[in-house]
Amino acid sequence: MENNQNVLEVRNLKINFNTYAGTVKAIRDVSFDLRKGETLAIVGESGSGKTVTTRSIMGLNSPNAVIAGGSIMFKNQDLLKKSRKQMDAIRGNNIAEIFQDPMTSLDPTMKIGKQIAEPLIIHKGMKREKAYAQALEMMKLVGIENAEQRINNYPHQFSGGMRQRIVIAIALVNYPEILIADEPTTALDVTIQAQILDLMKELQTKTNTSIIFITHDLGVVAGMADRVAVMYAGKIVEYGTVDEIFYNPKHPYTWGLLNSMPTMDTSGTELPSIPGTPPDLLDPPKGDAFAARNKYALEIDTKQQPPFFKVSDTHYAATWLLDPRAPKMTPPEQIIERQKHYAKLTHEAIDEHKDKHVEEQEEQL
Amino acid sequence: MVKYLGKRIFYIILTLFIVSTITFFLMKFMPGTPLTNQAKLTPSQIHQIYKQYGLDKPVWQQYLVYLAGVVHGNFGVSFQFSNQAVSYLIGSRMGPSLIIGGQGMIVGVLLGLVLGSLGAVKANTWIDTTSTIVSILLVSIPSFVLAVLLQYYLGLKLRWFPIADWGGFIYTVLPTMALAASPLAETARFMRTEMVDVLSSDYIELAKAKGLGKVGIIYHHALRNSLIPIITIIGPLTVNIMTGSMVVENIFSVPGIGEQFVKSVLTNDYPTIMGLTIVYCAMLCVVLLITDILYGLIDPRIRLSGQSN
Amino acid sequence: MADNAKPISTGDFKPVTAADRSHLDSEKISAPSLTFLQDSWRRLRKNKAAMIALIVLIILFILAFGSGFFETHNPNATNPNLANLPPKIPGIDINGFNGTIMQSGTRVNAYAQAHAGNAYYLLGTDYLGRDLFSRILYGTRISLEIALIASFFDLAFGVVYGIVSGWMGGRVDTIMQRIIEIMLSIPNLVVMVLLILVLKPGMSAIIYSIAITSWINMARLVRAQTLELKNQEFILAARALGESSLKISFKHLLPNLSSVIIINLMFTIPTAIFFEAFLSYIGIGISAPQASLGTLINDGQKNFQFLPYQMWYPAIVLSVLMIAFNILGDGLRDSFDPKSRE
Repeated sequence: MENNQNVLEVRNLKINFNTYAGTVKAIRDVSFDLRKGETLAIVGESGSGKTVTTRSIMGLNSPNAVIAGGSIMFKNQDLLKKSRKQMDAIRGNNIAEIFQDPMTSLDPTMKIGKQIAEPLIIHKGMKREKAYAQALEMMKLVGIENAEQRINNYPHQFSGGMRQRIVIAIALVNYPEILIADEPTTALDVTIQAQILDLMKELQTKTNTSIIFITHDLGVVAGMADRVAVMYAGKIVEYGTVDEIFYNPKHPYTWGLLNSMPTMDTSGTELPSIPGTPPDLLDPPKGDAFAARNKYALEIDTKQQPPFFKVSDTHYAATWLLDPRAPKMTPPEQIIERQKHYAKLTHEAIDEHKDKHVEEQEEQL
Repeated sequence: MVKYLGKRIFYIILTLFIVSTITFFLMKFMPGTPLTNQAKLTPSQIHQIYKQYGLDKPVWQQYLVYLAGVVHGNFGVSFQFSNQAVSYLIGSRMGPSLIIGGQGMIVGVLLGLVLGSLGAVKANTWIDTTSTIVSILLVSIPSFVLAVLLQYYLGLKLRWFPIADWGGFIYTVLPTMALAASPLAETARFMRTEMVDVLSSDYIELAKAKGLGKVGIIYHHALRNSLIPIITIIGPLTVNIMTGSMVVENIFSVPGIGEQFVKSVLTNDYPTIMGLTIVYCAMLCVVLLITDILYGLIDPRIRLSGQSN
Repeated sequence: MADNAKPISTGDFKPVTAADRSHLDSEKISAPSLTFLQDSWRRLRKNKAAMIALIVLIILFILAFGSGFFETHNPNATNPNLANLPPKIPGIDINGFNGTIMQSGTRVNAYAQAHAGNAYYLLGTDYLGRDLFSRILYGTRISLEIALIASFFDLAFGVVYGIVSGWMGGRVDTIMQRIIEIMLSIPNLVVMVLLILVLKPGMSAIIYSIAITSWINMARLVRAQTLELKNQEFILAARALGESSLKISFKHLLPNLSSVIIINLMFTIPTAIFFEAFLSYIGIGISAPQASLGTLINDGQKNFQFLPYQMWYPAIVLSVLMIAFNILGDGLRDSFDPKSRE
């Protein structure tokens, strides 16, 4: 699966929003790659900039958003430089999106067959009959029973889970290279969630689509993603493979996120949460944005933003704790457990602490 | 559907019954008499006239007689035009009112839809501002002022249209314009709000994500979804047209029921007032029923849930 | 990372204490938080048209209710010798405001013709020689009084009716809704006309008829909103805690209904003003010698061809009044519902 071919390269993306109170710096220098056929999960709490990032990829940010810098390269072309018409040709064709709430994301007055066939008619110039035939195929593919009859139904005649299947069918009908899934299961029941996630995985292997999976739910990430990027206050603070993030997290914010996720062992005890609220992006703090909520904050965190430190070839984290000059901090107990588990997992076991591998390094990808 | 229709028609009949009853008893409390020159008449003449109109019987008998008449479409005899049946009077004046009212409604709603959608699609541009200003002006300037201005400038000064009277189509132009103003403005305001709402909805976002261009989004998704709720304001717009027609018909001397209503009010022609009240009420009920049925037919959410019941 | 240039000392790598960290608390540097009403007011203030409308209304209110100070003449005093004089504002020599008028092709001084001496009428006089300016001020006052009365009934009756109907639900709601449906199937104007005929034309008849018709829309909207609010968690919580219905209405329902109420009020007012002017215009509203904008327009219309100012001025004042209320209403709606504009 990892053929290391990047389908999307986001570099130093900076997005501001002009509001009455001033300029909100919603995305502050975000860079990441998306490889062919992989699922990249972007995790973070609300307001961390996950959705703004994907909106920028789609070219669908609200009018008061200003691109303050950076590039989004897709097929050697910068999406940020494309005109609206050029983006129309890419959206729904090469890059598709699934939205959070299936109850509101379908047109209530249009038969679902037409809604699924629409991208084919727009992008492939298909005739109605052919597009409908393909829409029918797609409906079967996403697991809608009685597709022949239901193609003439309206959205309100479907349950939430079924509607999300339809939304997925719309997104995948043109076999896009990239699928952006913005919290696609948040609005669904837990049992339905699992079905939808399974369906997405299944379709991904069939179509070799790359997925950017936006979520605030780490539990969903584990089974779904190949790599994870953790966002906080408009920046990526840590990224790595799913195992690295789950079992060898380095950033205190990731620790907090993982600790606040229930596991098999956490029965009975109260789930710890991260105290405080994210910083005000109207006036982002000078140093590390997480410092104010960080039990492990260092003096330097208040003065200077940490660069990315390399943990492994695939794993980077932006925290001063990885600086060789930083004092040794003991992560929360649960994290130590995870790291032990990780050490067992990776049989290239070097028995000492992994901090040895850490070299200070500027971000370079 | 049949059950629903039956229920609605029952309620309409109930409403008309209540309205007839209330108007009847209100008219009984009315000050003044139908006789314009009572002083000159001898008591026996007065008695004769009262007998002729059935006014000598006890009130409850008059009420029953009246109700029975209403059921048969008989509203009694006009005080103003003696020997003329109110139903005939209303019937002969219905045509012009329906013509200018219908034209005003169609012109107003269509132009309003265009103006409102333009305002929403080009939100916060000069087009939007212009559309808002036009609709605010038309909703604010009273119909009687607008009608007088139209009559003076387009009729008297420019001589484009006849200033009054009733004949061919050309006579309907100015009254239609005066009546169209209010539905135009209301529709434009409603349409703009509705469309701005629709344009910010998730399914429009999904349509954008499909790569549908601006025109496609408006034509395929936004228009239909914002047009459906417009049906709900047809009822209130009808009321506006009815209200407007009372002065507009007067100003342009259109021989319609609006003009008749005002005339009857000024001459205390109670039977005609009662008859017209019931007719207005019935027309409004029918319009409301039709729009409700239309709404159900057009909106799949209502249409289909109605079927399954 | 531009600020990497600064040298980092090893001393920078000591942990920050919890106390120091609290200084970093992001809450303290955030934008001032605004309540719903403050936020709405901020948006309204940004809406230039609405602010102008508000100022215009305030000025009209002051002029109309302080008219004793501004009236140059008694609004009802007739003076046949000085009938149909054109507007004359002392010190201004612009045709239309200098007391001259076109007569068979030449401009003549109407005041001199009428031997008016030093008298002047800001907006001229009507066919009985009454001062139009004073009469317009008086008519405006009637319109604004009607506006206040309609608002009162809207609030006192419409809001209560809506809350009761929505809150009680069940049979009570059904009956109350039937009553409203019947009221809705008769054009308001017809109801008003019938009532006025029974009560004899005049101010009190207009007030009663407005009282009976103006609250219906408010009642419907408030009911719909109440039904929606009724099932929301915070109301359920208050009920679960055993708060009385009355207390819930005042503490929880009313604040949440306020935007619906204010917006609808702003649309009731121009409607009421329109109906009063309309009734007076057709001759069954305010009756002579009292002035109302409707009667003034009706009087002016008869002479419109020759003395257009007699209709223009009351028509402009009435229209400005309606426009101002409508714009303010639009502005309030937009400021309460940030989605609708911006």
